[in-house]
Amino acid sequence: MNKYDVIVVGAGHAGCEAAHAAATMGGKVMLVTMNMETIAKMSCNPAMGGVAKGQILREIDALGGMSGIISDRTMIQFRMLNRSKGPAMWSPRAQSDRQLFSNEWRLTLERNPNVDFYQDMAIDIISDGQNIQGIRTSIGVEYFAPTVVLTSGTFMNGLIHIGRKQFGGGRMGERQSVGLTKALEGLGFESGRMKTGTPPRVDGRSLDYSVMEEQPGDENPGKFSFTDTPPLANQRSCFITYTNPEVHDILRKGFDDSPLFNGSIQGVGPRYCPSVEDKINRFAERERHQIFVEPEGWDTVEIYVNGFSTSLPQHIQDEAIRKIKGFENVKIFRPGYAIEYDYFPPLQLHHTLETKLVKGLFFAGQINGTTGYEEAACQGLMAGINASLQVQNKDPFILDRGEAYIGVLIDDLITKGTDEPYRMFTSRAEYRILLRQDNADMRLTEKGYKIGLAGDERMKRLETKKSNIIELEKILKRESVAPETINPILGEKGTAPIKHAYKLDKILLRPQIQLSDIEGVNNISVGFSQFSEEEKEEVQIRIKYEGYIEKEKEHVEKMRKLEHIQIHSDFDYDQVSSLSNEGREKLKNLQPATLGQASRISGISASDISVLLVFLGR
Amino acid sequence: MFRNTNDTIVALATPPGVGAIGVIRLSGSRAIDCINAVFRGNDLTQVDGYTVHFGKIIDGKRVVDEVLVSVFKAPKSYTGEDIAEISCHGSPYILQEVIELLIAQGARVAEPGEFTLRAFLNGKMDLSQAEAVADLIASTSEASHKLAMDQMRGGFKKRIEALREELIHFASMIELELDFGEEDVEFADRGELTRLVNEILKIINELVNSFRYGNVLKHGVYTVIAGRPNAGKSTLLNKLLNEERAIVSEIEGTTRDTIEDVLNIEGLTFRLVDTAGIREATDQIEQKGIERTMDSVLKSSLLIYVYDSARLEAENVQKDLEMLDASRIPHITIANKSDLLNIGPSQVEEHWYMSARDDEDVQDLKSHMFEKVVNEIQTDGDVVVGNLRHLQSLKESKGALERVLNGLDNETPSDLVTMDIREALYQLGLITGEVTTDDLLENIFRNFCIGK
Repeated sequence: MNKYDVIVVGAGHAGCEAAHAAATMGGKVMLVTMNMETIAKMSCNPAMGGVAKGQILREIDALGGMSGIISDRTMIQFRMLNRSKGPAMWSPRAQSDRQLFSNEWRLTLERNPNVDFYQDMAIDIISDGQNIQGIRTSIGVEYFAPTVVLTSGTFMNGLIHIGRKQFGGGRMGERQSVGLTKALEGLGFESGRMKTGTPPRVDGRSLDYSVMEEQPGDENPGKFSFTDTPPLANQRSCFITYTNPEVHDILRKGFDDSPLFNGSIQGVGPRYCPSVEDKINRFAERERHQIFVEPEGWDTVEIYVNGFSTSLPQHIQDEAIRKIKGFENVKIFRPGYAIEYDYFPPLQLHHTLETKLVKGLFFAGQINGTTGYEEAACQGLMAGINASLQVQNKDPFILDRGEAYIGVLIDDLITKGTDEPYRMFTSRAEYRILLRQDNADMRLTEKGYKIGLAGDERMKRLETKKSNIIELEKILKRESVAPETINPILGEKGTAPIKHAYKLDKILLRPQIQLSDIEGVNNISVGFSQFSEEEKEEVQIRIKYEGYIEKEKEHVEKMRKLEHIQIHSDFDYDQVSSLSNEGREKLKNLQPATLGQASRISGISASDISVLLVFLGR
Repeated sequence: MFRNTNDTIVALATPPGVGAIGVIRLSGSRAIDCINAVFRGNDLTQVDGYTVHFGKIIDGKRVVDEVLVSVFKAPKSYTGEDIAEISCHGSPYILQEVIELLIAQGARVAEPGEFTLRAFLNGKMDLSQAEAVADLIASTSEASHKLAMDQMRGGFKKRIEALREELIHFASMIELELDFGEEDVEFADRGELTRLVNEILKIINELVNSFRYGNVLKHGVYTVIAGRPNAGKSTLLNKLLNEERAIVSEIEGTTRDTIEDVLNIEGLTFRLVDTAGIREATDQIEQKGIERTMDSVLKSSLLIYVYDSARLEAENVQKDLEMLDASRIPHITIANKSDLLNIGPSQVEEHWYMSARDDEDVQDLKSHMFEKVVNEIQTDGDVVVGNLRHLQSLKESKGALERVLNGLDNETPSDLVTMDIREALYQLGLITGEVTTDDLLENIFRNFCIGK
């Protein structure tokens, strides 16, 4: 009765996706969490998506994961970021209702008959040294499974800092998890410390919004999921205000007591999500920093003070935050804090997120040194999928850098490792022109379907979208428009008139012209209305940026040549005397699975790759 | 950094330096197409393997060389791919020109050991040779790396590294807008970016232009002796070389062809070219010789203009000299046969009075040639690009940056513009070592306050 196919430890973004994926693919899943009331709890800001992260959410959704759907159902505001930039940059972002989000995930998992729950702390690994067998909880309950996915978040030996005060905890008000790090180290794993932080939460009734800048949601809000989740009818606004020199001066008074500066925090924090004290310390010349005032839900008065992450003493936080415009009478609900936690350098993993040391043991989320809900969720999804496939004796499921941000993220972790909490940026992706939010379904849904995760409904939608796109493209390439029809529009948009008839796709190539402009003028028998906005958008991008897209595809093909050359795990690097010494050591340590992965490891020279090619290429 | 094994590659197959012939080898799926595009003769795409074809290599309408092309069809070739071997005349200038023409057709310069690597990968060698091939690649890469380092004297490396810094700075400003557009950071305006790219382009252009001087050091100073008929050019050449090389006679127009030979002065190599005299030709053969003379003159790195000081042809000489000044080719003007005027060796304004028959005078001329090269040609710039592969990378990054400028002008979305910036960075990375996206993020985190 305590036997399962997959045990998932931890029920955050990674754990929930892992459990859902494995269960949907037919496995019996045990989800072990320290607290069933905090399933899928957003520890930091109440928002999903953003630049690069929004693309990841779309990918999770396209594969059949749940984060997109749950975000859609629980969001209170939606914005498509970077609209003014190219199509690769468009990034969906939503403000979420923290409580609803958590509830929705729990209900989603409860509805899945393959998911069992147990509330307790996992403290030990059961294994024979090489193969995982199960886990043991703090009160001695044992669960057995051939695969275990560990998603410990910030809980393993979590240590919370506020000024000089420090205490154990995985999140404010919650216990830390102990035992697992030691158990894993006993199996030969190497661990490290990382740090992250969060700002104070305040009472919205005590803020003066009239002096802040309002940031409403999009007029026509979009959504994350490719399924038929309804778009938002109402939205809540965020507000923007700024710190000032007075705030900075007060914060500086607390530097001596700052765990960041006085050496009590050893873990490495992210540079791109710095605490406010870090910002004023490193960029002393700046007189103000932006503060986003984010509502925590539809009804609650609680407010998240984004941009004011801090671990300074509580009285300093209290004094400084009052000097922010609009915060003069603020009441703090919970102070900001920093948290240190254990992670396991991801170089110890395969691309499936299975550990190299113990077969059947998978890591996902912050345990791998990442930060962010989306980063965690996609790892959980991939770990859940691969655990499930392993149980079914099927081939592993790996996405490459040309297929998905998820592929970029995992490949970065596995071939380069990370010294600071890893967050996704679009600039990390070499082929971001291909990895757009609009085409995530075209890239991934079929793959999700083949492994048994994405359902028939998703496939049917994809087929329809695909055939409509082809149809619309055909029309635009076939139909032409006469000068007298189009020239008024061209003039209005500030682009040169045409002298003879042009095909519609050629007109669309002009940067000033959008498909909607042509749609308005056409006097030809083209029924644009039969196509959805999504389909039109897709076709427009394809036509406008065809040259760039084709070029990028060529680059991907080149990259894949090396990607397809496998290096057998028992390959003896010592027999290849012409490898450089540094190269040989790195290769022996990291055991890349393909020549492509080997080529991305730092310290591996082009000549090392050529040499390996000689041994592996035929 | 690893190069694609599907590209068509090109390299000189015979040892560098002057030989009677030089062989250029092309290998890859586009080998035959590449050569055929610059070849006047049989349509090489239609011929069988194991055949040899006579024809001309052409650059537009200009004939670069008369050559023999051997065609090998995959898999029956050294590498197992389509191969074309082009036997050219041995002048390094011709060989280099031909290689550059082929690059323009889409071939790229082969990496050290790459032909052998391909031969091995395509099953043309025994597996037992794997280790040998691997050793070859590792050692030649090392050797070529060392060579490249040696070539990086004169600040080349510094210049490229500085360029890379500038480009990374530029790229991060664009990336900043893309990844952190939501944050409270100030972005560079388009005008500033355009100015930066233009500046980078200017430096790249300088480096590309310095290739000619780099070649001087590597292959010798292409020194052309030119002048009106019977000014004593061949006599001077022979004296410089200490041998009866050109046919010397008192009849005007005796030298009808350009002749090359090598002279070493204080360690600097001069490649001497005698030319037919400049005058109105009276027959076709001579006309051809004179055309060649003009070709040689325009290609020369150093020109020795000789005239007969004892003859009254000041008008012609004046005309020639004006043309030379206009061409800005470094030159030495020799007033020959000064012995007939009873004037000893002397310099009047820019004219060197001397006798090509006098050993001492010729010794003086040699020192003067050396100084001229050291002083004039080297002042072109202190940074030298000497390696064809580096040149190719520079040209590629130049092309990419020109597309960036174009993109900035046309308000192309920045995420698309960055594709070309990355290409430029990649190409420079081929010279200095890899540039990764990590470098960009590193730069952003260092210089900008971001993060909520």
